[in-house]
Amino acid sequence: MQNFLLFASTLILLCSFGYTLFRLGSGRLRPGRPNLAALVTAFALLSADLWLRGQVLRSCPINSLFDVMIFMAWSTTLIYLLVGSAYRLSLLGAFTTPLVLLLLLAAEFAPMDRSPSIRELRDPWIEFHASLSLIAYGAFALAGLAGVMYLIQDRQLKKRKGGTLLYNLPPITDLGVANTRLIWLGLGLLTIAFAAGFVSGMQVNTIKFWTSATIWFAYALMVVLRQVHTLAPRRTATLSVAALGFILLTLPAIQYLSAPK
Amino acid sequence: MTILCAGINHRDAALEIREKFAIGNHELQEALNHLRAIEGLSGAVVVSTCNRVELYASSITPTPVMDAIRRYLKSRTSGVEAPFCTEDSLPSVKHLFRVASGLDSMVVGETEILGQLKQAYSTAAEHGATNTHLNKLFQHAFRVAKQVRTETSITRGATSVGSVAVDLAGKIFGDLGGRKVMLLGAGDTSERVARSLVSRGVRTVIVANRTFDRAAALADQIGGLAVHFDHWHTAFDEVDILICSTAAPHPIVTREKLESILRRHSERPLFIIDLAVPRDVDASVNELENVYLYDIDSIEEIARQSLNIRQAEIVRCEALIDTHVAEFMHWMHNHPTPSR
Repeated sequence: MQNFLLFASTLILLCSFGYTLFRLGSGRLRPGRPNLAALVTAFALLSADLWLRGQVLRSCPINSLFDVMIFMAWSTTLIYLLVGSAYRLSLLGAFTTPLVLLLLLAAEFAPMDRSPSIRELRDPWIEFHASLSLIAYGAFALAGLAGVMYLIQDRQLKKRKGGTLLYNLPPITDLGVANTRLIWLGLGLLTIAFAAGFVSGMQVNTIKFWTSATIWFAYALMVVLRQVHTLAPRRTATLSVAALGFILLTLPAIQYLSAPK
Repeated sequence: MTILCAGINHRDAALEIREKFAIGNHELQEALNHLRAIEGLSGAVVVSTCNRVELYASSITPTPVMDAIRRYLKSRTSGVEAPFCTEDSLPSVKHLFRVASGLDSMVVGETEILGQLKQAYSTAAEHGATNTHLNKLFQHAFRVAKQVRTETSITRGATSVGSVAVDLAGKIFGDLGGRKVMLLGAGDTSERVARSLVSRGVRTVIVANRTFDRAAALADQIGGLAVHFDHWHTAFDEVDILICSTAAPHPIVTREKLESILRRHSERPLFIIDLAVPRDVDASVNELENVYLYDIDSIEEIARQSLNIRQAEIVRCEALIDTHVAEFMHWMHNHPTPSR
């Protein structure tokens, strides 16, 4: 059943992504509703999958890298559905779909252990810390996607050529605002998650601690510099994309270090 | 029942001829009354815009009714014959659907005509000049126009300097409400662009011109402020859109000058529209972060692209229209009885 749910959500997102590429190729890029429908359906399927997995593990299903990939795909979709629609950014869904798809495909096909790993100790503070951290990463993922859209729109405007993307992407000012606010949201959630981690008194591997601290500090620095107008929107967008890349690259390492031995 | 169509449009004749046919708002009721008095005519709608004057009518005796319509138009124009007359339903229906979809407009894909058609239909309906067939015809035409607009790219992009500028400003700032515009030079094109921006909610317009009186006059017309040309940079704080059109032989907005101004400009984007030839703004300004510079060539190129896209969409639009024409003709075939 769980395999079916994952497969179905992946297939739906794959179709949605293919449809977006087809529309882009034909110069009629308006995939708003089909994208939204695909993401809502995928979210429902992933929620069901997580719930079923949680029943088996008797805890929040974020014990293995496989679990984490799926949880992050779910949290990115969650943040898109909660926040993305509030900004009414056209095409944010079209950019969210490939990232969620990438996470699901990595979870399903990358070489990793997919057997359920049940932790002996289930401290609710630690579970809260871990799950909220991944939801914060979902917000950072959306910030990174808004950053990608900002950079594309900036390039379109600088090129002075018009074109499909220019007319379909949201105004660059709105993208800059969304980028910054999503970083704020992610940072807020990550701060609460870290606080929960400290409350739990959990033992943390040094490399995991410093990697997580670097991520928190990088985003905190971005919002502070943005707030005092030292960091221009374009640089914020570039840094948020780079930071997302860093998260995606280090996530497997962090998970490996924190996996139950 | 037959749908007839007669009139003149921008394709058939120049403005001097079209204006002879024009039926002003104050004359509409009289025109509708006159048409309704024609024996055998069951309904009529009069469309009169700057680009077309067209009468749509329904009748079971099309030939004598069309003769009477011709005579009526001739009497209004001191003997000028209406160049476009058809007493067959198929071409009349197809023509209306094309007009409603903007395919027959001077700027292909423009949407203003749909509003004008709706207004013409509503006026005729208010005066009791429409019948079942015309009601059905016009409702169908509005539906076709909507479908053409949503399912094709016929309305995509802007096709004039003013509308391209407004579109680009929208892609930079989103909502233009509260934005501040500065005009450097008070040329006709820059005035038109400024007016387009004001119509989209721009808050303040500052006009700087070498002749201060001209700046003051223009500022007065568009509700802006005039400043002396030599002091334009001092009034530049918080300006979001700069429109240049001076006759200066060399760039007056250089990268160095703008960099020093932008230091106190916060981090808001700056949209520069350089309409001057030779150019007023140094091209390297576009390399500055948050600055988007468009000269007249780049704006006209975008307008051309939009027109090309629209032209390429015509075939798809025609196919959609043909489907609807067939559907409407089928309905006509099943409802031959006239009714008011």
